[in-house]
Amino acid sequence: MKGLLSLAGRFWRVFSRPSVHFSLGFLTLGGFLAGVMFWGGFNTALEVTNKEAFCISCHEMKNNPYEELKQTIHFTNRSGVRATCPDCHVPHDWTHKIGRKMQASKEVWGKIFGTIDTREKFLDKRLELATHEWERLKSNNSLECRNCHSAESMDITRQNPRAAKMHETYLFTGERTCIDCHKGIAHRLPDMKGVEPGWNGTVSAK
Amino acid sequence: MKTRITFAALALAAAMPLLVSGVFAADGAAPAKVPSGPHPITQEIPADPMAKEITDDHKRARNYADQPPLIPHAIRDYQIDLNINKCMTCHDRKNTEGSQAPMISVTHFQDRDGQTLGAVSPRRYFCTQCHVPQTDAQPIVGNRFRDIDSILAGGKEGAK
Ligand code: HEC
Ligand code: HEC
Ligand code: HEC
Ligand code: HEC
Ligand code: HEC
Ligand code: HEC
Repeated sequence: MKGLLSLAGRFWRVFSRPSVHFSLGFLTLGGFLAGVMFWGGFNTALEVTNKEAFCISCHEMKNNPYEELKQTIHFTNRSGVRATCPDCHVPHDWTHKIGRKMQASKEVWGKIFGTIDTREKFLDKRLELATHEWERLKSNNSLECRNCHSAESMDITRQNPRAAKMHETYLFTGERTCIDCHKGIAHRLPDMKGVEPGWNGTVSAK
Repeated sequence: MKTRITFAALALAAAMPLLVSGVFAADGAAPAKVPSGPHPITQEIPADPMAKEITDDHKRARNYADQPPLIPHAIRDYQIDLNINKCMTCHDRKNTEGSQAPMISVTHFQDRDGQTLGAVSPRRYFCTQCHVPQTDAQPIVGNRFRDIDSILAGGKEGAK
């Protein structure tokens, strides 16, 4: 124990002394470059896991959400813009991104232990998974939707009266957010008993 | 030789509907213009452009009182199954205040014995069985339907 303390003491003496061999400039620059490399590598790793190809490398994601997405307007439309899984599911914002990655490790467990290896198991679990997503989108004011669609750029005179009226009454007043009304735009819905539509008075304001 | 006979037989079979419609056409109405024929079966005819959906939210008049009204709005990807009936999120009694959509009428609550149920009757659950959206496609075959008002007014047959 004593030896350990003295070792630590010696280390600290060396560490706290000004460098003899390297200039301050070199150290600063070196530290900076190491930081960049570390950050860059981290970023690249995130980049890889942030592609749709990565998501659908798991059959759970490919056979269920992806197959369903293909039939919707977010896969083919007249504008030719495609929404991919990470567009809607991994926030572009850095801090949120890390948070999501930590949660994603849970999915890897799911894969290893095969929690949802059949369509039936996926459907059984869907309400729970969808509820997580609704809660997330509700709490960030539908951030991912608004990365592509924004209330400010929405020209409601170009929308159908039905849509325009809804957006005017509930969206522009800030009473509701996209996900309150637009559930199931990318996938099939689970049993919706007890989940009220966003224009229903019983839905809590955000 | 054998293949030629087969071809002839095929061509005759293919022309059958035309011959038959010719017979009916002689029976009064003008012959319908069939957009895809007649042409050699070896020839590929370009498809007509797809008709546009009419989604202007403008209600259309019904042709008779108990016609299921046409759907005047978009219904792309609207899910109707055991899990959810998207139509009912707007047209159900309890949701119409928020959605400002017309409520399903009382007939939709009745079972086949005329009993009025508390919720939409199972036989009315699949809305698009009866209610359909429209496109701007023009009818291929003309139609001489007249509504009751024009009949009562004694209008000429075929008049609108
Ligand atoms: C290792 C295989 C695998 C990969 C890769 C994967 N997923 Fe998943 N995902 C799963 C499994 C398994 C579940 C179910 C987890 C559970 O049971 O809680 C799941 C659940 C989800 C959920 C529901 C989340 C929740 O909070 O309940 C979403 C959304 C999701 N995945 C999106 C994605 C996206 C987007 C990607 C790509 C960035 C992705 N997944 C990559 C296997 C995977
Ligand atoms: C990658 C960008 C992107 C993201 C993210 C995105 N959308 Fe879209 N969305 C589009 C495009 C592109 C269209 C089709 C536009 C067109 O051609 O009419 C569209 C269409 C729609 C429509 C119109 C459907 C119709 O039938 O006309 C709705 C509603 C919608 N999005 C809601 C959402 C919601 C809710 C979210 C968040 C969960 C979301 N979008 C996320 C790009 C995106
Ligand atoms: C109060 C409910 C409500 C909220 C909140 C809401 N919408 Fe809508 N929106 C509707 C309804 C209803 C329609 C028309 C029916 C449909 O497309 O299913 C619609 C239609 C649309 C359309 C298609 C427009 C058209 O002319 O057909 C887009 C795109 C859209 N919404 C995007 C959004 C986005 C993005 C948000 C969040 C910024 C949002 N909406 C918030 C109810 C809502
Ligand atoms: C346009 C936005 C959008 C895109 C693109 C999208 N999702 Fe989703 N996803 C949602 C929303 C919104 C939910 C919440 C449930 C709902 O409303 O359907 C959801 C729910 C989920 C769930 C939970 C289970 C369920 O079905 O509800 C999984 C898993 C999932 N998404 C995976 C994916 C994968 C994998 C992709 C890419 C193939 C993808 N999503 C693409 C918007 C999107
Ligand atoms: C977002 C709310 C909403 C949803 C979902 C919805 N409707 Fe409607 N519907 C309306 C509104 C509002 C009107 C009144 C006319 C208009 O604004 O388009 C209407 C009008 C109608 C009409 C015309 C009634 C008449 O008297 O002419 C029919 C039929 C109809 N809807 C059927 C359906 C069917 C079938 C579905 C499901 C496939 C459906 N609607 C889904 C809101 C909705
Ligand atoms: C078996 C055929 C049938 C089915 C299925 C059906 N309807 Fe109707 N619907 C009708 C007929 C016929 C009328 C007009 C006469 C009447 O009101 O009964 C009508 C009228 C309506 C009206 C206009 C009511 C009014 O007072 O102006 C709406 C809205 C409507 N239906 C919505 C729906 C919805 C939503 C569903 C699905 C839950 C549905 N219908 C299922 C046949 C049907």
